[in-house]
Order: sequence, then C-alpha cells, then structure tokens
Amino acid sequence: MEYFLQQLINGVTLGSIYGLIAIGYTMVFGIIGMVNFAHGDVFMLSTFIALIFLLALTQVLGFGSLALALLVVLLLGMLLTSLWAWAIERLAYRPLRGSFRLAPLISAIGMSIFLSNLVQVTQGPRNKPVPSVLGGVIALTGGEVYAVTLSYKQIMIVVVTVVLLAAFWYVVQRTSLGRAQRACEQDRKMAALLGVDVDRTISLTFVIGAALAAVAGLLFMIYYGVVNFADGFVPGVKAFTAAVLGGIGSLPGAVLGGLLIGLIETLWSAYFSIDYKDVATFLILAITLVFMPSGLLGKPDVEKV
Amino acid sequence: MAVDAAHDTRAMAPTRILAAIKDALGAALLALGLAVPVLALRTEQNMSNELILQPRWGYVAVAVVLAFLARLGYLLAPALPKRERARPLPRGFGRALSVGLLVLLLAYPVLALAITGKAGAIKWIDNFGIQILIYIMLGWGLNIVVGLAGLLDLGYVAFYAVGAYAYALLATSDPVKAFMADWIGPGFWPAWAFWICLPVAGLMAAFWGILLGFPVLRLRGDYLAIVTLAFGEIIRLVLINWVPVTNGYAGISSIPRPSFFGLPFNASDQGFAAFFGLEFTPLYRTIFLFYTIVCLALLTNWVTLRLRRLPLGRAWEALREDEIACRSLGINTTNTKLTAFAIGAGFGGFAGSFFAARQGFISPESFTFMESAVVLSIVVMGGMGSQLGVAIAAFVMIGGTEILRELDWLKQVFGADFEPTQYRMLLFGLGMVLLMIWKPRGLVSFRAPSIFLRERRMVRAEAVREGRG
Repeated sequence: MEYFLQQLINGVTLGSIYGLIAIGYTMVFGIIGMVNFAHGDVFMLSTFIALIFLLALTQVLGFGSLALALLVVLLLGMLLTSLWAWAIERLAYRPLRGSFRLAPLISAIGMSIFLSNLVQVTQGPRNKPVPSVLGGVIALTGGEVYAVTLSYKQIMIVVVTVVLLAAFWYVVQRTSLGRAQRACEQDRKMAALLGVDVDRTISLTFVIGAALAAVAGLLFMIYYGVVNFADGFVPGVKAFTAAVLGGIGSLPGAVLGGLLIGLIETLWSAYFSIDYKDVATFLILAITLVFMPSGLLGKPDVEKV
Repeated sequence: MAVDAAHDTRAMAPTRILAAIKDALGAALLALGLAVPVLALRTEQNMSNELILQPRWGYVAVAVVLAFLARLGYLLAPALPKRERARPLPRGFGRALSVGLLVLLLAYPVLALAITGKAGAIKWIDNFGIQILIYIMLGWGLNIVVGLAGLLDLGYVAFYAVGAYAYALLATSDPVKAFMADWIGPGFWPAWAFWICLPVAGLMAAFWGILLGFPVLRLRGDYLAIVTLAFGEIIRLVLINWVPVTNGYAGISSIPRPSFFGLPFNASDQGFAAFFGLEFTPLYRTIFLFYTIVCLALLTNWVTLRLRRLPLGRAWEALREDEIACRSLGINTTNTKLTAFAIGAGFGGFAGSFFAARQGFISPESFTFMESAVVLSIVVMGGMGSQLGVAIAAFVMIGGTEILRELDWLKQVFGADFEPTQYRMLLFGLGMVLLMIWKPRGLVSFRAPSIFLRERRMVRAEAVREGRG
C-alpha cells in the first residue's frame, strides 16, 4: 500500500510535466489541425535554456537566493523558448499554411531534426548533470518497511503546474486573446471576417504552448537532474499521447491525459517492467487512436460527405 | 516585423532599400535572441564533473551577421516571375531522362574506378552509390503506400528492421545451419544464405505489413501517421529489450555476406576472384553489391509501374483521391489498403535484408524514427507518386549529406577542430524545411495520370488530393 501511494505521488508529478507539454500539442492541433512535431524538441531546447541560465545566475552572477534565481530562470526560459517557437512558426509553418496538407508535417519533422542537432552541435552530445536544487524530502508515513516520501521538488512541480494552469485557463476563458483563439478553432475564415487577426492568434498559440513547455522544461530539468539533446522525442511523443488520450483539441483533456499517462507509466514501471515502459505509452497511443479516436473529452469527429 | 511593407515600396528604390535594411536589422535582432541561450554559452564539464559555462560570443556574432545578410539578400533579390500554369515537358522527355540516368547508373562503378582508381572507388561506390540506392529503394517502396495509396506511414522503418533482422537471425541461426549441412552439404548454407534469406525476409516484412495494417484500416491522415509511428517505435523497443533473441543494443554481428551465386567473395581458392582467374580485391564485392541493389531498386520501380496499370493500382490511386467515393463504387478498401501496406512493406524488407548483408552487422540504432522521417521526407520532397522525383530527392538529400564526409578541406578554413560530418543532420533538417517552403508539392509536381480520357494531359499536383488516405 505504501509502495502504491509512493508510485501515485511520482505518477502525478510526472503527469503534471506531460500535461504542460501536451497543452502545446493540443492547442496547435485544435487551431490549425497540424501535429507540431517540433514541440518535443522545443521542450528539449527549453531544458537547455533553463540549465544555461541557472548556471549563469548561480555561478557567474552569484545569485544568493535560490528561489529568486529559479523565478528569473523560469521567466527568461519562457520568454526565450517562446521566441524560438514564434520564429519557427513564422519561418517554417506560416509560409505553408493553406498549402498541401503534408507540407507542414514534413516541415515540422525537419524543424525537429534541426533543433535536436543544433543543440547537439552547440552544446555537445553528452548528458549534462544539473546541479541539484531543492534536495529535501518530507516523510509522509514512517513505515518500517517502506517510507512514503514527498520531495520538495515534487511539491514545487505540482504547485507550479496548478498555478500556471489556472492562469492559462483564465487567459483562454476570460481574455479577448482566448476568445479569438476559440473563435479560430471553430472557424478560421469566419473569425477572420469578424475582425480577428488570425495570423497573430496562431502565432500567440504557438507562443503560449512554448511558454508552458518551457515551464515543463525547467521542472523536468530539476526533477531528473540531467538534460540531453535527445530528450525531446520521447517526452514529446508521451505528451502527444496524453493529448490524444484526453481528446486532441480539448484543453482539460490534455491535462487529464497527462496525469493518466504519468500514472500509467509509473505504475507500469513499478509493477510490470521498466524496460518496456515506453512500449506501454505507444500501445496506449495506438489503442486510443484505433478504438477511441476522439479521446476521453474530445468532440467526436463527424465525417461529412 | 514589417515583412510585407518591403514589397509594397518596390517602386521607390531608396525607400525600399532602407525598409529592407530595417527589416534585416529586425531579423538580426531575432537571431540574437535565438542564439543567446544555445550558442553563446556552452555547458562543459570541468575536472570535478561540474558544469561550467564557456562563453562563445563569436558564434553569436556570426549568426547575427548571417541572419542580417540572408534577410537583406532575400528582400532585395529580384522577384522571380511565378509560373502559374503547368508547362508540360516535351513528349518523351521523362522517358529519355530515365533511360539516360539508367545508363549513367549502370556505368557508375566503371566510371568511379576509372576516375579514382581501385582504392578510392570502393568508398565512392559504397558511400554514394549503394547508400543512395538503398534510400531510393526505400523511397520507392514507401511511395506505394504514401504516394499511390495515400496512406501516410511514419513507421516504415519497422519493415526495414523486420527485413534486416529476419535476414540476420535466419542466416546466423545454428539450427538452420545444421539442418542445411545435414540435408544438402556443409558448403551450401554459407554460400547460398543470402539468396534464400532475401525473399524470406521480404515475405516476412510483407506479413508484418498486413499484421500492422489490420488495426489501422479505419484511420485516416495524421492519425494513421501517428499510429504507424507508434508501431515503428514498439518494434524498435522490442528489438532493444528482447535480448535473448535479438541481442539487444549489442546487435547481431558476423552476418553472412552475399555470395556471387554460390561463389564467396574471399581470397580462398573457391572464391569469386580465383574462379574467374582474377587477383583478389574487396572491390568485387562492392561492385556486386552495387549491382544487386540496382536490380532490387529497379524491381521495385518496375513492379510499381506495372501495378499502377492493374485494377489494383487504379484502386490505390482512387483511394488516395477519395475513400468514400471509392467505397460507393464497390472497391474493397480493406483489401486495397492491406495490399498497399504488404507490398510496400515487402520492398522495405528486401531493402532491410540487403542492408544487413551489406553491413554484416545490425543493431536497433539503425532503425530509429529518424530513418522513417528521412524516407517519408524523400517521398514527399520528390513529389508524391513520382518515381523519378523520389530518386532525385534521395540523390539530393542523401548524397548531399554524404558529401559532407568528403569536405576535409574545410578544416583548413575553420581550423582542425571543425568536423563537417557533425553538421550532417543539422543541414538535413534545415534542407527539409527550406525545400518544403520552396516547393511544398515536391520537386516533380506535375504528373501524367495513369488513366485518361482521349487526351493524355499532365495535371498539376494541386489538382490531385494526395495523402487524404
């Protein structure tokens, strides 16, 4: 029972990170119907940005307060990752909008290859061990066999995720930007006729998705304590699975899917086989798409003749 | 950024230049913002395994200047007139080009030998000839699935892997060796393994194509792509983790090399060279491998071209255009899709087993998602459905990245630390993006329809709705 509880805690932590990345996939798919293959690599890039700024602040500038340093890293990371996503959308996707359907997909795959190799070339191919941050743990139950612990990192991850999701929810539901976004999602042409700047809205969608991925990147870096240029693909596919499982296009679905994928992955590793944990995700992806293409909370796709 | 403003002011030259400079400054600023985190500071481990930062502002300066110049050049370059209408090539041009390229291809080993001599020829035939031809064959195989049937497949590498592992496991398996030795004779299996395992591997891959095709029959477009990606990754993960059979990450080594119809390419008395009274050199095997892959690729091409004329091929193309119309006309879409998967997968399997035989060693590292992405991009960049386009795209993309291995003289320009090969995939990704922006429909974007009414007309690729699967 303690073991299960511990896995539950770990799963929710992991799931929060996946949920944050999944929102980027689901928003972009909802608004332009495109699988943004490069999103996983944007996330990977953000882990490096976070690492570099953390090092710069603590070593070079000598920030005393860790909390302040992390906050600055978070803001800078969000800003610069968003800039990358904005530039990618502007250069690689926008010229192809309304063009042949496969062209943006190939362009996105090309961008994904470009980003991971750019980081490999500029930062080197080896794993980067991150200086440990927030090492403490709280023991929840003092069991003799197995003590359930909750680390400060995990608390921070869940708290940051909840706060950001609340802010994000407010943006989508209550601001004019969110309204424009939802309008474009329903009918881009009609939204344009009614005075919504569609291009700007799409750009901002990419920017918001990347900002959330940057938060996930910082949390991922702190949680795992290591970053690598190749760590974009697998978390990316897992987050995409989360988006699909929750129903692609649905924002609450992305968060729910993220939590489920995090839990399934943790429990699968704990009780079945850690070697095949990625197989579990891929199987869920395939099974969801084959049997339940609209996911848990998505709208069913009506086929018109 | 005032991107479009520059176009409006084309009439007034000085204003236009000023606007362009302003715009290019914006691009430079953007490049600065993008370059600062990843380029300016490199994370390095010091002696005590801690990360430290190494500033490299020089690189940032280069990137900023490049962005400025590129943007300025782009804005000030005279606009190319847009070709609105399809300009059909002269009748028979495609055929003449194909025949010319075929002759060049068949003469390639001789030319390489004549130009670079024996030592250089192996490298040129192997790295350029065989490497590119494997991708041409994979591209043609995937073209059946994506280009003809319109089923977007991102897991094609799975069948390549199945072919390679089927060949490797079968050819190195001890029971098979013992059985063949008992049944026919000890010399039989080493000599003939390649020629027996090749078709078996192809059939095995085709079988897997059907097996993986079944669950995805109902899916379309992007969803199909994602599920095939998942299958491809599952197969790779199984290859990694099923250590007793596949030997995991370590891979399978000492796979039997192909023989010249029973004559091995070695220095022994029974070898190819001795049999024909030639001096032994490893060149013969390379040349033989080259012609084998030429034959396999041409077989793929020939089968595709023939199938397009059969009812099956027409059903594929109809399926690509409109699945619902297809179904209402009584075409069995299940069989149509499954045959496309199976035939495409079969050719992938052939290519895989050839790959295993050529390398003599395979490991799961060779069958990552990247390979699928590369093959799919070759098909799309070639102009889906165009056989010649796929060949050209494979030549440009694979040949282009292979040529980076040959650019050692760049070391004299940039210093000895400069390693051109590490930029291979970086440039490949960039090339994919640029090619898509330049020609979203692929290099050969006009095609002759397989069936036509009275007059044979080239149709613009926009008129056909590919990839709706």
